[in-house]
Amino acid sequence: MNATPAMRAAPDTAHEEARCRYVLRLADTSLVLGQRLGEWIGHAPALEEDLALANLSLDLIGQARLFLTYAGELEGRGRDEDALAFLRDAPEFVNLTLAEQPNGHFGHTIVRQWLIDAWQLETYAGLEHSSDTRLAAIAAKALRETRYHYRFSSGWLVRLGDGTAESRQRMQSAVDELWRFTAELFAPDEVDERMARAGIAPSLAELEPHWSARIDEALRAATLTRPATLPYPWHGKRGVHTEHLGRLLAEMQHLQRTYPGARW
Amino acid sequence: MSAAVRNMSADREIEVRKLLAGVPDPEIPVLSIVDLGIVREVREEADGRMRVAITPTYSGCPATEVIRTLVRAALDAGGYADAIVEEVLSPPWTSDWLTEAGREKLRAFGIAPPAVRVASPRQLMGAPAVSCPRCASRETERVSEFGSTPCKAHYRCSACGEPFDYFKCH
Repeated sequence: MNATPAMRAAPDTAHEEARCRYVLRLADTSLVLGQRLGEWIGHAPALEEDLALANLSLDLIGQARLFLTYAGELEGRGRDEDALAFLRDAPEFVNLTLAEQPNGHFGHTIVRQWLIDAWQLETYAGLEHSSDTRLAAIAAKALRETRYHYRFSSGWLVRLGDGTAESRQRMQSAVDELWRFTAELFAPDEVDERMARAGIAPSLAELEPHWSARIDEALRAATLTRPATLPYPWHGKRGVHTEHLGRLLAEMQHLQRTYPGARW
Repeated sequence: MSAAVRNMSADREIEVRKLLAGVPDPEIPVLSIVDLGIVREVREEADGRMRVAITPTYSGCPATEVIRTLVRAALDAGGYADAIVEEVLSPPWTSDWLTEAGREKLRAFGIAPPAVRVASPRQLMGAPAVSCPRCASRETERVSEFGSTPCKAHYRCSACGEPFDYFKCH
């Protein structure tokens, strides 16, 4: 059968949709994690840690804004960063499931942060060389911030893991509990594969060993044990979430839903 | 382009840079945005309008929007109401972009400037020794990696006992 012009154009549309979806995943992971960290403001165990978590949150929300604006432009339906952040429902969010998990205690938040910081480090380092120059520029900016985040989260992981018997036990429990969400970090789907083939995103199979080595090194320093990997992959990045995201969005979106278009 | 036109264009660039040197960083007003190293480009377009490119320090820095408003106001007041102000991300800002004058102004203001260059391999070797901006002692300790704004960390001097802000090496 001869390919008609319309059929030849079809793969391009799919390609652009995948690009938009890929950018939106990066945006949502940063946004949701930034919102979670914001919940600590005024509640952290010490003033310095309160400041630190707020600063991390600010960086993440800043990164999310850059990614969301770009995703909105790629989508071409006139949605800006605010429309995407405040007016989508949970099934339209495509963040990593790990990012939406509740804060728990301070050590629990640190483990979640450390796992995602390490993932973002590898992802942004790969994206710095993306054929998509806009994405490369945002990633280069975010990478510098993420290095600082990783130093903070891995520092606390080691201090608490290699701390008292109590702190060590609580850190190990947090690692054990959150580990099941890490399979998703490197489980590629058609969006990831398409982006990797196009040189837009790094291949997840290539990133995984770097992430894994970094994680092992920090766990050793923290005297913690790496849990066995569970085969069940979560699907936050496909819009299938744990029950926790809905509540997070209810709080985050409350003002814009109640007073549409409200501005400072 | 004639030499005279070229000179006029160069003069206009210098004039705009002077205007921008009068725009303070809203969070550390002792620094201008030129000292901070976030003015990336000032040039005249073919149509005669001036183009100013600014880069954010941190993705989430709340000062970015205030800075854009202040730049706009300075250009309007200086007779460049039709100037184009754009935001660029690449290459990303690091504290290496801080000017020498900017570093001195920070120190005089009581904020320790970045101790090493980000591009330097020493950056990888843990926390660098930071000199106290008040007594110059190197006997200082880090209280927190984060401070009152995204660009600062919190330190204390063991010699004179004063707490102080450190402009993060980032």
